[in-house]
Amino acid sequence: MNINDILSVENLTMRFGGIVAVNDLSFTAERGKITALIGPNGAGKTTVFNCITGFYKPTSGTIKLRHSDGEWRLERLNDFRISKIARVARTFQNIRLFPGMTALENLMVAQHNTLMRASGFTFLGLFGVPSYRAAEKAAIDLARYWLDQIGLLERADDAAGNLPYGDQRRLEIARAMCTEPALLCLDEPAAGLNARESAALNELLLKIRAEHGTSILLIEHDMSVVMEISDHINVLDYGVKIADGTPRQIRDNPKVIAAYLGADEEEAIAVMEGET
Amino acid sequence: MAANASQAKTARGPDAAFILKKAVISALVALVLFSLMIGIRTEAGSDGQLTWWTRFGDLAAMVAVVFGGSIAMELLRRWWGPVDTVRVVPPSAQKVFSFAGRALVPALLIFTFLVPVIFYDERYILDLGILVLTYVMLGWGLNVVVGLAGLLDLGYVAFYAVGAYSYALLATNFGLSFWICLPLAGILAAFFGVLLGFPVLRLRGDYLAIVTLAFGEIIRLVIINWQTLTGGPNGISGIPRPTMFGIPLTPGDDGLATLLRIEFSPTHRIVFLFYLILALALLTNWVTIRLRRLPIGRAWEALREDEVACRALGINTTTTKLTAFATGAMFGGFAGAFFATRQGFISPESFTFHESALVLAIVVLGGMGSQLGVALAALAMIGGFELFRGLEQFRMLVFGGAMVLLMIWRPRGLIGHRAPTVFLERNTAISSDLVKEGHG
Ligand SMILES: Nc1ncnc2c1ncn2[C@@H]1O[C@H](COP(=O)(O)OP(=O)(O)OP(=O)(O)O)[C@@H](O)[C@H]1O
Ligand SMILES: [Mg+2]
Repeated sequence: MNINDILSVENLTMRFGGIVAVNDLSFTAERGKITALIGPNGAGKTTVFNCITGFYKPTSGTIKLRHSDGEWRLERLNDFRISKIARVARTFQNIRLFPGMTALENLMVAQHNTLMRASGFTFLGLFGVPSYRAAEKAAIDLARYWLDQIGLLERADDAAGNLPYGDQRRLEIARAMCTEPALLCLDEPAAGLNARESAALNELLLKIRAEHGTSILLIEHDMSVVMEISDHINVLDYGVKIADGTPRQIRDNPKVIAAYLGADEEEAIAVMEGET
Repeated sequence: MAANASQAKTARGPDAAFILKKAVISALVALVLFSLMIGIRTEAGSDGQLTWWTRFGDLAAMVAVVFGGSIAMELLRRWWGPVDTVRVVPPSAQKVFSFAGRALVPALLIFTFLVPVIFYDERYILDLGILVLTYVMLGWGLNVVVGLAGLLDLGYVAFYAVGAYSYALLATNFGLSFWICLPLAGILAAFFGVLLGFPVLRLRGDYLAIVTLAFGEIIRLVIINWQTLTGGPNGISGIPRPTMFGIPLTPGDDGLATLLRIEFSPTHRIVFLFYLILALALLTNWVTIRLRRLPIGRAWEALREDEVACRALGINTTTTKLTAFATGAMFGGFAGAFFATRQGFISPESFTFHESALVLAIVVLGGMGSQLGVALAALAMIGGFELFRGLEQFRMLVFGGAMVLLMIWRPRGLIGHRAPTVFLERNTAISSDLVKEGHG
């Protein structure tokens, strides 16, 4: 593990019965950078995310995380601890907001652990002690800041389930950021967004990297996003890493184009177009 | 954005044609259905031959009732429908409704406080009031588990029983006073709540319901069979009555009546019990409302909405679920202690599955998660049940019918929408379509 790396995945293998979803995969993510994970459908990208965030226990391999707070072996931690202690946040491929709660409430839930401590594990909060009130106000301010960043301040009090699709995607990112993560894992954040929304997403992610120093791990099919903002790209096919490098290197790599052609023609064309 | 929404609303508008069409279809169905059932009457004649005659008048009346009823029902549904349905009520009437809605809670509260004053001489009403309030409290307690955390608990009566037996045993064996036993009963019940919580942590939906149901039965069976401690089926009698902070409500020399130099009346105790359960219920309500706005309450609701997302946000879902079970159980325990002191006698018969089902019905009918809804549902269920007493054997039928109709109109309960726990600008209710019911 390099001194500049925040995440190092080593020899990760994940089997589901007979299926080998991820096979002996190794890659690293550099601190303060945007690292992309791309590959055709079913390549095993989401499975890698689920291993990193503790939703799956890997069959074998190690996942090391290191930042200013300490060093962890993520494959040994519980899913909620990975977020709480190791400060890894994630979004989901099929959005998982709390639809019956408002946008603001969604962001408040994300600050659960901070607020829980401030409320003296509920006992002090029950009697409304001033220190808890101050903590709650700070939490609302943080939520307000992120709502503003994603352009949803107007809709803070609307139910998350009532928001348009693109807004829900951005709200999920804001919710992840409210946990104040060191590493942010985004699973296809541009899926279902139009060109204008994708461009706005690029800006948001670049801003997160620049202003908050959050390292980002990104799964994405939309090449206009991947090629534009990634610092480093890893390409996965059938659970195996077939290439990695800068966007320019990946764009010109015939192996990558072949993998996409074999899997899905449209996406290969998207890769070609990304070249121009 | 707001302009858009209101435009969409007026665009859909009050469509009389749609309501009429629906009514005509219902009437047609009724005509086909009833033409043979009501229109033609057949009977075996005196010699065994078939005699028949027509009753077109009755048929016409029936169809007319269905037609009118369908229109009335549709209008009602729209007036009183969920947050986002089109409203055909004129704005002025809407204002009256919304005012009535806001005035309802204070009015109900004031009325409840005055019940012992108004009905001082009517023992029956006071007893009924105490019963209703007990179920309001149980409903509010279960609401934490089912309504907020979305965990379907069919064994809630177990905690009620634990509370009742804790008080009965502590008071009869150690002579502890009600006010010392009350928190102990709550703590013991909460402990049992955690005990139930552990095995069901990984269960969802039907499985969770079945295990909690079994838990309720296990507690009852243990009480029946542990004769040496609980007295088995004979129960425990001679449970001390509550004192007013040490002053007994008896005719004796040290009784409250003598101290106040007023004439003793057994009603004093009933009135005291009424205010006691009212205070306990209001405490439950206050704590629940506070908890909802605290991180733990938001985590409960988030758990109901999406458990996986909760874990991704670093929320320990295990402790979150256990605290929900414990909190709900604690209120059940308080209610149980009250029940024991009111009755003076308890036996396992009072803690059957029927009670769990009744409390759950109150929570579901009230609208899961809504405090006001649960209170109204308890009033309707317990009070309504008494109201229909005159109907004798038809009581269940009328009651069941009313429940079915209510669930057709308000599938998410009397008050289905959800109030946000925090807001920046507008405190608007969230439509029940968006709010999840949890995996229980
Ligand atoms: N829980 C599971 N049980 C069994 N098989 C699984 C499970 N999760 C993933 N898989 C399998 O692992 C393989 C990789 O799936 P994964 O979801 O990681 O792909 P992906 O790269 O995210 O694809 P997409 O671009 O479509 O999201 C697939 O063959 C999938 O069927
Ligand atoms: Mg995927």
